[in-house]
Amino acid sequence: MTTQSDTASSEADEASLPAQVSYDNLDGPDTVERAGATSDELQPFAELGLRDDEYERIRGILDRRPTQSELAMYSIMWSEHCSYKSSKVHLRQFSEKAPPNDRMLAGIGENAGVIQITDELAVTFKVESHNHPSFVEPYQGAATGVGGIVRDILAMGARPIAVMDPLRFGAADHEDTARVLPGVVAGIGGYGNSLGLPNVGGEVVFDPTYQGNPLVNALCLGVLPVNRLQKKDAAGPGNIVVLMGAKTGRDGIGGVSVLASATFDDGSEARRPAVQVGDPFTEKLLIEACLELYDANLVVGIQDLGGAGLTCALTETAASAGTGMRVWLERVPLREQSMDPHEILASESQERMLLIVKPEQLDEVLAVADKWGVLATAIGEVTPSEVSGLPGRLRITWRDHLVVDVPPASLVDDGPVYARPMREPSDLILLQADRAETLPRPANPDDLRATLLRMIASPNLCDKSWVTEQFDRYVLGNTVLAQPEDAGVIRIDEESGLGVALSVDGNGRYTRLDPYNGAKLALAESYRNVAVSGAKPVAVTNCLNFGSPEDPAVMWQFAEAVRGLADGCLELGIPVTGGNVSFYNQTGAAAIHPTPVVGVLGVIDNVADRVPIGFAQPATGDGDLIFLLGETANELSGSEWAWVTHEHLGGVPPKVDLAKEKALAELLAEASRVGHLSAAHDVSDGGLAQALVEACLRNTVGARIALPEDFSAGSMPFVYLFSESAGRVVVSVPRGHEKAFTGLCAEQGVPWTPIGVTDGNNGALDIRGQFSVPLEELREAHTSTMPRLFGA
Amino acid sequence: MSARVGVVTFPGSLDDGDAARAVRVAGGEAVRLWHGDSSLHGVDAVVLPGGFSYGDYLRTGAIARFAPVMESIIDGARGGLPVLGICNGFQILCEAHLLPGALTRNSHLHFRNRDQWLRVSATNTAWTNSFESDQDVLIPLKSGEGRYVADQATLDELAANGRIVATYQRGNPNGSERDIAGVTNEAGNVVGLMPHPEHAIEALTGPSLDGLGFFTSILKHLAGASA
Repeated sequence: MTTQSDTASSEADEASLPAQVSYDNLDGPDTVERAGATSDELQPFAELGLRDDEYERIRGILDRRPTQSELAMYSIMWSEHCSYKSSKVHLRQFSEKAPPNDRMLAGIGENAGVIQITDELAVTFKVESHNHPSFVEPYQGAATGVGGIVRDILAMGARPIAVMDPLRFGAADHEDTARVLPGVVAGIGGYGNSLGLPNVGGEVVFDPTYQGNPLVNALCLGVLPVNRLQKKDAAGPGNIVVLMGAKTGRDGIGGVSVLASATFDDGSEARRPAVQVGDPFTEKLLIEACLELYDANLVVGIQDLGGAGLTCALTETAASAGTGMRVWLERVPLREQSMDPHEILASESQERMLLIVKPEQLDEVLAVADKWGVLATAIGEVTPSEVSGLPGRLRITWRDHLVVDVPPASLVDDGPVYARPMREPSDLILLQADRAETLPRPANPDDLRATLLRMIASPNLCDKSWVTEQFDRYVLGNTVLAQPEDAGVIRIDEESGLGVALSVDGNGRYTRLDPYNGAKLALAESYRNVAVSGAKPVAVTNCLNFGSPEDPAVMWQFAEAVRGLADGCLELGIPVTGGNVSFYNQTGAAAIHPTPVVGVLGVIDNVADRVPIGFAQPATGDGDLIFLLGETANELSGSEWAWVTHEHLGGVPPKVDLAKEKALAELLAEASRVGHLSAAHDVSDGGLAQALVEACLRNTVGARIALPEDFSAGSMPFVYLFSESAGRVVVSVPRGHEKAFTGLCAEQGVPWTPIGVTDGNNGALDIRGQFSVPLEELREAHTSTMPRLFGA
Repeated sequence: MSARVGVVTFPGSLDDGDAARAVRVAGGEAVRLWHGDSSLHGVDAVVLPGGFSYGDYLRTGAIARFAPVMESIIDGARGGLPVLGICNGFQILCEAHLLPGALTRNSHLHFRNRDQWLRVSATNTAWTNSFESDQDVLIPLKSGEGRYVADQATLDELAANGRIVATYQRGNPNGSERDIAGVTNEAGNVVGLMPHPEHAIEALTGPSLDGLGFFTSILKHLAGASA
């Protein structure tokens, strides 16, 4: 680590630096020279979220106090959000335990992971959180969450082609949910729809644990020719640094350090200026301009500006290439002329990208930007990685004042790393002992019928069209499956039919009861959802939503969840390609349920083979045969049934066996490829009952179900209908295919149980010996909840 | 030689690629037109696609209507050039006064994307001649400002002269006056449609193939005109 701060030491740089720092105006910016002369001046580092020892470390690096701008930069880059200082020691497992993979072109540490799917094509995907901004200002918080993840995908060289949104809110009937949910949904739609990105899936979950801290995660998928992959390196001294996109304003200052790295308290409203404001139109133009620049080979390096704005983009591009950089900050186009240098560096104004381009191509770059009506400005240049034996530095001037002079890597790579104390939550043993399997159950068929209707109308299991109708799922014309299907399926190649499938899943209750297995269960469900569509799962992304890392109990949950996820990915043989950690999701001392949200990407050779969740309207005569794949155990702890009927959370979540999940996935891929399946639906939240109701209502096709009678764990029909045992799928198989299909099941070692037939004429879900419910009654129960809660 | 159908890209257009695909699937040649280029490059018909032209921050279609390409399209349309405006394109046609009325915020104030039943009530236009009279079709609707409004006299005139091209069936999704989903001009060459026929042209990606009829209609119309 260099502590050299002599500004005159760099000869190559000297000409471009102000010959003499002016002190005519003492109210001017805090300069490097002034910082050197007033080293004992008190600085508000604690207010910016830096600890005493972190501040001392900065002084050590610079061998003086930081300037106001430098202090702002370090506080941002060393914040939890940017530095992953509490999570780093755990996240390593994703790389260490990663199964060998020769398809991964970019992985953890890049803007998004990239997976090659053919000789020519690759896809990239990532999920990120925008939780805190979305609680403060739901519409803009959610909108800019979409904008941010889209730019991550764009920065890899990809065209964004779909989005998904896993959402978690407080109790459905809480007045604050009525404020937050409509705003979040409108914001996601307002931004994503305006970008022309189909929204193909996600989650809407309600639980009081998210009351003061909703989770708004956003996933984006992109596609790129393999040879268009972009890097963020500011390579090549002499190359020009171009800022492209929106003007820089005062919005979002302190977004990552203030909002994303601290716990909410009563002062949250005062932080509204820390939320950014989105302009999807500018982002749409930015996307088109970037893609045109990539295709014309005009980009050396590129980085999006998200959290931490210009600070992050400048330091990461320089650090990544190991070069220095010289920036004239007054060249940054401003929305507000009165902005100070540290504000410009910290601003999180949206819709901006930083490009590194060759000087001889600058005019071409500016012409492309002009064609799309996007502002592009040369603001600096790349300087050598070594000057006079000293590493290149990032030097930023503001109207001839040198306000920043730092080693770029010190902000990016040398931030603090903490192995925070961890301790199993003290209540966990008692919580796990309080099992839901002992709760009172429906006593007779009438009770069972009433329970079913109550369950499918409950906020977590009810129809979510109220939300998803606000999203465009058709734009781009390649959406083959979208919500409420188990996975979104997007066609990539119109000629060959090649496509990808995506699902995102999480279950905070399971993870609360057992973070290690809860994380594995989230992975298993997402993996299964992709497999159900007929695709082969190939890669994983994750968004880890947790409470404060300073709470040892939260840190223990985090460590266990990461360990579970890393182990799970190793067992399934698919790598984690990237993700995001969101800490400080809590209100006062109360943390949210630990909520790892797991996204799985799959590849399907021909989207014409995709399998939908809904039973098919039979062409003639007999209905299709319905099978339940996997085994049902008496597993009700953490289930929707326990919550809806008893407001109970306790016990241990269902067992997870990833070897069985893998066999199931292989069976489904093969069965869909050869046309054995007319429908396939994952069995998870709400159990078999929920899966059957959704499969029936999708195309208004009834079913006659006869549950097996050899069940031994007591209360047979009830457990069959509402247990949430993992590794299960309901499928329908056209007549004539059943022998071949069950043969395939035997081959893969997947247990199958024939449970009935589809019935296109009857118009009811009939559970033999128990009850029958007309489809219209099911539909009324299933679809009326959201409009009742949130209006027509 | 197949008919050449222009598809305009404004900044913020989103369904331009889909509209071009629909033209191709129907058997025509899609020609991409650029908002800043006033030349129509000799196309036989024009589709104004869906999206949010210029961000639609002022009023939907209000700025697009002044784009250089629109001056040529407005001139052409008055001379009989067939023009189909879909969603944002419909809004632009209203702003350009090629069609009467206006599209306003949905009555429930939400963006709404759903598969919508329509009845095609005017089959004598350049864009609907392939349909049976009063044929019911299933087409995706996706819009936040799709509620058609006009004064009563205009609505009466549209109804009386068979200029209501399509109406919403099985429920009005946005509060449109008289369930109007699409209208045409007096000559029948300009049609505005709120739902998106370009999203209903393939079994894999759409709820039906009904949307293809709008694109085969224009090819049939052009074939008839040149015959």
